[in-house]
Amino acid sequence: MKPVKFDYYAPTNVPEALETLAELGYDGKVLAGGQSLIAAMNFRMARPAALVDLNGVPELSYIKPNSDGGLAIGTMTRVSTVEHDPEVAKRFPLLLEVAKFIAHPQIRRRGTFGGAIAHADPAGQLPSIAVVMDANVLIRGKGKERWVKAPELIIGPFMTTIEPDEMLAEVVLSANPAHTGSNYMQVSRQSGGYAQAAVASVVTLDGEKVKTIRLVLMGIGEAPILSQKAIEILVGEIPTPDALKAVAEACATSEIDPATDIHATADYRRTLVRALVARSLTESIKRAKKGG
Amino acid sequence: MTKLFPVSLKVNGKDYEREVEARMLLSDFLRHELGLMGTHVGCEHGICGACTILFDGEAVRSCLIFAVQASGHEIRTVESLGTPENLHPLQQAFTEKHALQCGFCTPGFLMTLVPFLEENPNPTEEEAREAIDGNICRCTGYEKIVEAVQDAAAKMSQGK
Amino acid sequence: MTGKYFGQPIKRLEDKFLLTGNAKFIDDIEIPGLLHAAFMRSDFAHAIIKKLDVTEARKHPGVVAVYTAEDFGDYWKPGPLQVPPPFAIKDAQFNARTLVPIAKDKIRFSGEPLAVVIAESRYIAEDAIEDIILDVEMLPAVCDLEKAWEDKSVLVHDDLGTNMAALVKQEAGNYEESKKKADVVISKRMLIEHVAAAAMENRGFVVNWDERNQELTVWATTQSPLTIRGSMARGLGLAESQVHVITPFIGGGFGPKVMSSQADDVLLPWISRQLKRPIKWLEDRRENFLATTSERDQIHHCEIALKKDGTILGFKDVFYHNTGAYDSYGMTVPLNTQTHTISNYRVPNYSTEIRMVFTNQMVVTPVRGAGRSEGVQAMERMMDFAARKLGMDPADIRRKNLLTAKEFPLKTGILGQDFVEGVLDSGDYLDNFEKCLKMVDYDKFRKEIQPKARKEGKRLGIGVVAFTEGTAVGPYEGCRITVSTNGKVSMATGYSSQGQGHFTVFAQIIADALNVNIDDVKVITGDTGHFAWGAGTFASRGATLVGTATYLAAQKVRAKIFATASKVLGVPEDQVELCTGSVCVKGQPEKSITLGDLASRANPMRGVVEPGVEPGLEATAYYGPPHGATGSGACAIILSVDSETYKPKIERFVIVHDCGEVINPLLLEGQIQGGVSMGIGNAFYEKLAYDENGQMMTASFMDYLMPQATDMPKRIEMGHNHTKSPLNPLGIKGVGEAGALPPGPAFAQALEDAFSEYPVEFLESNLNPSLVYEYVKKARG
Repeated sequence: MKPVKFDYYAPTNVPEALETLAELGYDGKVLAGGQSLIAAMNFRMARPAALVDLNGVPELSYIKPNSDGGLAIGTMTRVSTVEHDPEVAKRFPLLLEVAKFIAHPQIRRRGTFGGAIAHADPAGQLPSIAVVMDANVLIRGKGKERWVKAPELIIGPFMTTIEPDEMLAEVVLSANPAHTGSNYMQVSRQSGGYAQAAVASVVTLDGEKVKTIRLVLMGIGEAPILSQKAIEILVGEIPTPDALKAVAEACATSEIDPATDIHATADYRRTLVRALVARSLTESIKRAKKGG
Repeated sequence: MTKLFPVSLKVNGKDYEREVEARMLLSDFLRHELGLMGTHVGCEHGICGACTILFDGEAVRSCLIFAVQASGHEIRTVESLGTPENLHPLQQAFTEKHALQCGFCTPGFLMTLVPFLEENPNPTEEEAREAIDGNICRCTGYEKIVEAVQDAAAKMSQGK
Repeated sequence: MTGKYFGQPIKRLEDKFLLTGNAKFIDDIEIPGLLHAAFMRSDFAHAIIKKLDVTEARKHPGVVAVYTAEDFGDYWKPGPLQVPPPFAIKDAQFNARTLVPIAKDKIRFSGEPLAVVIAESRYIAEDAIEDIILDVEMLPAVCDLEKAWEDKSVLVHDDLGTNMAALVKQEAGNYEESKKKADVVISKRMLIEHVAAAAMENRGFVVNWDERNQELTVWATTQSPLTIRGSMARGLGLAESQVHVITPFIGGGFGPKVMSSQADDVLLPWISRQLKRPIKWLEDRRENFLATTSERDQIHHCEIALKKDGTILGFKDVFYHNTGAYDSYGMTVPLNTQTHTISNYRVPNYSTEIRMVFTNQMVVTPVRGAGRSEGVQAMERMMDFAARKLGMDPADIRRKNLLTAKEFPLKTGILGQDFVEGVLDSGDYLDNFEKCLKMVDYDKFRKEIQPKARKEGKRLGIGVVAFTEGTAVGPYEGCRITVSTNGKVSMATGYSSQGQGHFTVFAQIIADALNVNIDDVKVITGDTGHFAWGAGTFASRGATLVGTATYLAAQKVRAKIFATASKVLGVPEDQVELCTGSVCVKGQPEKSITLGDLASRANPMRGVVEPGVEPGLEATAYYGPPHGATGSGACAIILSVDSETYKPKIERFVIVHDCGEVINPLLLEGQIQGGVSMGIGNAFYEKLAYDENGQMMTASFMDYLMPQATDMPKRIEMGHNHTKSPLNPLGIKGVGEAGALPPGPAFAQALEDAFSEYPVEFLESNLNPSLVYEYVKKARG
């Protein structure tokens, strides 16, 4: 189908962009990579009255080291740029690992890091990654700005706390402490397709024991699910195979309420979560021990 | 009155200037405004890959870009590769290996492969197969396309 | 048979145009003054139209006209049957309710067109659709085949009083008697589904009514240009010669593009004539899923009676077939199912019943396999269940029953889609099977590889199946071959092309027969202005029927060449021979004439001609077989399955195929590989899913999944047998649909084998990991 008519603005700098968003209010929608939005517009499911195209604002594309050794990523940075950046590879191998699963390279070359997070598609990988990495997100509007942590930012399917006159401007990822390992795994029916379930984990060890653990279950609920059971069971404990199994079981049975659809039954999704949690944690811990 | 926006871009090395609605998709613009019919439209939701073109040298979906967004940029379509009398080595490999049947998806595959082969002049079978994962073909089952990719790599490294 | 070209892996002549963006597809056609059409389509599957108000839409800037059913007056009527009804079969009952071009009073499937908007652009037309006001009274959707057969409370066609579209029973031998002698009888209910074609190019239609010449020109993505020419001419009260149908390059057909008398080819010519403007319509992908025909579900109640050594005594099948809201395409699909259930094996007693049901879904017409896959799946699965019951290896039970060379020709006793008794003409099905088992190292797998894997905790399974493909059915096809005065040769046929390589394979036959360079042969397909007789592209009949007609016409042209050259060169006919683009005299190389010059001489501009002599070096020939030719084969899949995620991976894929003589082995591989990818899609990825309200849930590539490059096996290992068909001079059989037939049952068998410690029995097709999990869970108890 063809999209409905819309008004179109192409600011060339951030103040202009914010000014336009402020003027348009509820009528305005940010156009970032467009790989999700334009597809939805081509179904006439998304019908924004006006688009504010950020593709002409070069100052929104950057990957900069920040003071704590992490990275600040400008919202318009293409996913494929993040995927191939050596600084990202050094600090956050998780981003390289997950990028391979995000649709296909043709999509990643247009899709943006911030845009994907702001879109908050429950089937999308980057919102879950932002949550598992406890990303700090900068939201800007005309004359205002605020920082929100990813778990508080994403509140439901395609829903964030970003106001109509605001835009996601930057994503800050804090450096991983020593002895941290991470992993992303998914099960999808078809290469590049939606996952029936996915798991991302970041584990920091203190000697033999788990110091911190962030485990996110993706594609199961309406938003990324940050596992509390993983924290309850593993923090301060040695991550034995049995302990990991217990986490997997707890996630599968008590932390998710999966739906049945044409691709997977609820019970099958639980089975996937059970398998993926154990495997993902095993991998992360192995990597944490190796050096991290 | 429908608002029109200026579009000024380079396609296959030639400069064009037009005025179009903001909602006109780049795929429709290339085909119907510029008459470059080689780029095909299969789904308009970014999955099939038939509309793949080069945008500033990178293979992307033209159905997920508005024409107005292409202003100031450089586009390359399948028409830039070769002619029936003078095929690009990749096109030559495709015909020799029977890597196309109906040919509708083919321009999308070719434009995906041109930058891929520039960056990977000697791909393994697995790398070649992964490279075409973002393009759907309903006719061939992909096997001969993969053969064509490796054959093209060999041809291109020999400078044929 | 091989020649310089026949039997050789010749590169395709059409490729250089397709590769460079120089091949014209339907949307490439531009005409001055072109208007664009868009259809408003129903979201509801079953509803009474209470109000359909297009007043506002007509006022939309850029809109030229909007039409609903009422606006067409008497022109609106249900379309013709696309194929004859099955009354050649004794006691067949058939209720014809053919597709209407646009919904009137009642909506019968989600996606059914309600109104057509003609505007300056597609964008504007879609905008105007949103101005149309629709009020409906929703009705429950008829979706469940078995329920709909019995339940008369909700009817798709109220005037019919039933949802029964057809009831066709056939019997060979006496099943009930054979059952009495059986050691084992197994009954199963199975859901067997087929899929959408999902060609990469959606359907399209361009029509231009020339008021001054009183001629209609149509470009269409159709597999049957002659059928739509006929129906458009009849509908508009024109002579066929006033209607010119041209098929451009078409981006894949796979079946649905053979359907005609739909909204586009019925309404748009009428509108073009009314508005005196050319009109273009292109389907988008969502419309293709909703409203272009496809195949769907069948529910089989199968029963197989065997002796304890595995010999089949009889087979019974009562199956429900979903024909969708209308049954324009008659019984082609389920008849193919009937015939292909038993066509591999020695089945002396066979009782089969088709219960065809109307549902509130899109019309069912053939999709690659065209009902054959369902028949193959039904039998192969019952063989597997029988093997398990008897404690036999699945390979052994098949060996016991597969037909061998000396048993052909074999009359099946069952009428097929061409309404003649099925005759299996030739082949050696057992040999195909043994070859396949050998290629996949079956014994080694069973004795070494699988046990070793099991010890290591890895799940490996193997599935081995056999299949036949009825191809090359009548009625006929034809062509005309002409030598031009420039020495080049052209051929025109009414058959149409969607990527099969017709421009090359027919040229191969001609180039061999006339001893010319293949690059000097041009084949024109699917243009009624060039050739206007034939039936259409379906049932894998092109190579056989058009190939044979080409061969016959080429022989006639050869005869004319020799006769004319003999006169021109002044020597007896047997002294004359063809020498690459020329005709020369044996032993006298200086005495020769080019084919082009000869063609000129054969068409004098003055003087007198001999009575009975036709001008030019040109001939037309037609070919219609006595019945279809049957291809056959076998297939083996080895799968590894992840025990926790239930995701399978194809480790090996082997297919052995016999299509008789092969015109172009390179293109043959392409057809098999392409068919296999659709078969794998059907087995494990694709499913057209409707909810209980008849809403389609898989109307985009996000949900309708097809295997991508890395989902396919690394290599499709192919073996070939070549049993010449006795039915035509070239000895060929069709192959287009073969690859799509076996993967489904092979997958199911391999998965059951991978989980063989549980009594898993897959009673449906179109599996996915989640379904596999649920079945295994149930079997585990």
